[in-house]
Amino acid sequence: MLIRKRHELPSSELTPEGEYLNRRQFLGVVGGIGGLTAAGVLTEAVLGAVRPAAAQQADEVSDEAKVTSYNNYYEFGTDKADPKANAQQFRTRPWSVKIEGMCKKTGDMPLDNFLAPSNVEDRTYRFRCVEAWSAVIPWRGIPLADVIRRAEPLPSARYVEMTTLYDPSQMSGQRRSTISWPYTEGLRLDEAMHPLAFLATGMYGKSLPNQNGAPLRLVVPWKYGFKNIKAIVKMKFTDKQPTSTWMRAASDEYGFYANVNPTVDHPRWSQARERKLGDILKRPTLMFNGYESQVASLYSHMDLRRDF
Amino acid sequence: MTLAVASPTRARPRGPRIARALKPLVFALLLSPALWLTFALVSDQLQGDVVKILEVDTGTLALRSLALTLAITPLRLLTGWSWLASYRRMVGLFVFFYATVHMCIYFGLDLELRFGEMWKSIVKRPYITIGMLSWLILVPLAITSPNSIAKRLGGVKWKQLHRLTYVVAVTATTHYLWAVKKDTFWPLVYFGLLAALLLARVVRWWRERTTDDSPESSLRSSRG
Repeated sequence: MLIRKRHELPSSELTPEGEYLNRRQFLGVVGGIGGLTAAGVLTEAVLGAVRPAAAQQADEVSDEAKVTSYNNYYEFGTDKADPKANAQQFRTRPWSVKIEGMCKKTGDMPLDNFLAPSNVEDRTYRFRCVEAWSAVIPWRGIPLADVIRRAEPLPSARYVEMTTLYDPSQMSGQRRSTISWPYTEGLRLDEAMHPLAFLATGMYGKSLPNQNGAPLRLVVPWKYGFKNIKAIVKMKFTDKQPTSTWMRAASDEYGFYANVNPTVDHPRWSQARERKLGDILKRPTLMFNGYESQVASLYSHMDLRRDF
Repeated sequence: MTLAVASPTRARPRGPRIARALKPLVFALLLSPALWLTFALVSDQLQGDVVKILEVDTGTLALRSLALTLAITPLRLLTGWSWLASYRRMVGLFVFFYATVHMCIYFGLDLELRFGEMWKSIVKRPYITIGMLSWLILVPLAITSPNSIAKRLGGVKWKQLHRLTYVVAVTATTHYLWAVKKDTFWPLVYFGLLAALLLARVVRWWRERTTDDSPESSLRSSRG
């Protein structure tokens, strides 16, 4: 698949589900995995023998069941299985998005009006969680640049900050103070305007499941997953770098940029390799999650070790 | 773990028979999570990062088994069921079993036996250092668990050695606390549980000192 070179993949070019399920019956034991120790191969051979579903093909679309069952979404609980269990009753309509701060078109907009002027696109992106697991996900949605242009940010605006819904009556995780609520995230305006930056309303050709951030979530594929804020209710234009929720929680572990970078370790683990959901063995993590040629110029003047 | 050899009071007419009869059942119960995880892995039911799921689950199982071993003696003293002591070795070995699997998954599948990474993680990452330490402490406890070795070691020495279980209780929960990202709820639950079980011993020790009583006599009196 060409995700690395092209950010847009028409659905017709995606591997049909039946086909990749068939392919997964085979084991790509050593294929494409460099630098494995002999013991690693042995482990894989043993595990592969008992678990024929181990998918090894690079960039094959991830199993939908896995992507919708293994989520970091503390608003619905901190266990990976919690969001699926606790988000099913979440009401995603009516929904509105508030635009505020340094822009001309401020105001509260019903979600449908917010989305309507843009054409819905399908994009298959690599997804890399900061916890060193990854997936390949076919999203559906609109370019983030569209809504930013429509908001007409003032020349002084340099960042956009986004906020998740705060509603403890629906989001059971918000009743405990695990992280500060509501969840906020932010991008530099040039990052937000980048053609890869995306607002998803669906995935796998359907509407977004609640546990994956319905009705509206951010997708910035060259950054760690926690940047991809879910259930967005607010976008604010500002001239100051926003402090994201995870920066507030542990600034030594999570930076503002959070660009995928295999050479900068998380304090508690290496970021050099990642495990795609469903795999046993890891694969190398790519600089900017494989989108280096498209986004590296955004950071040419920066020390990525300091601005992690 | 401490009293299986040292306590002469466990031979009692009815208790041991029940204990022996129930032993296979308890063994199966303690092993069942491992069997379930294996089954779930083979049948592709672990949705998500399978290795991480196995890693977290086996670590939790080791901690639960540890809490269980430490609960046996207070429970025995509370109820007077001296036959409970005969389960401690088995439960203790399950601690070692789950901790070993947990560590093997981390080094084998998480770090994929990359020796540079393994070394770095032990030296540079405090939660791994203390986790590794916890496992290392468990090794001599597991090795000295068979009766023959325990006898050769002598009751007093054996007992002293197995007091390291208390140290593991502290290091293992600290490992868990340092390993989690933000939600420290469960690590603190285990911390509190193990602290309560350690406190039970301190209280007993203090009482024995002040009443100048031996553990055996306090056991006898607790049985009425």
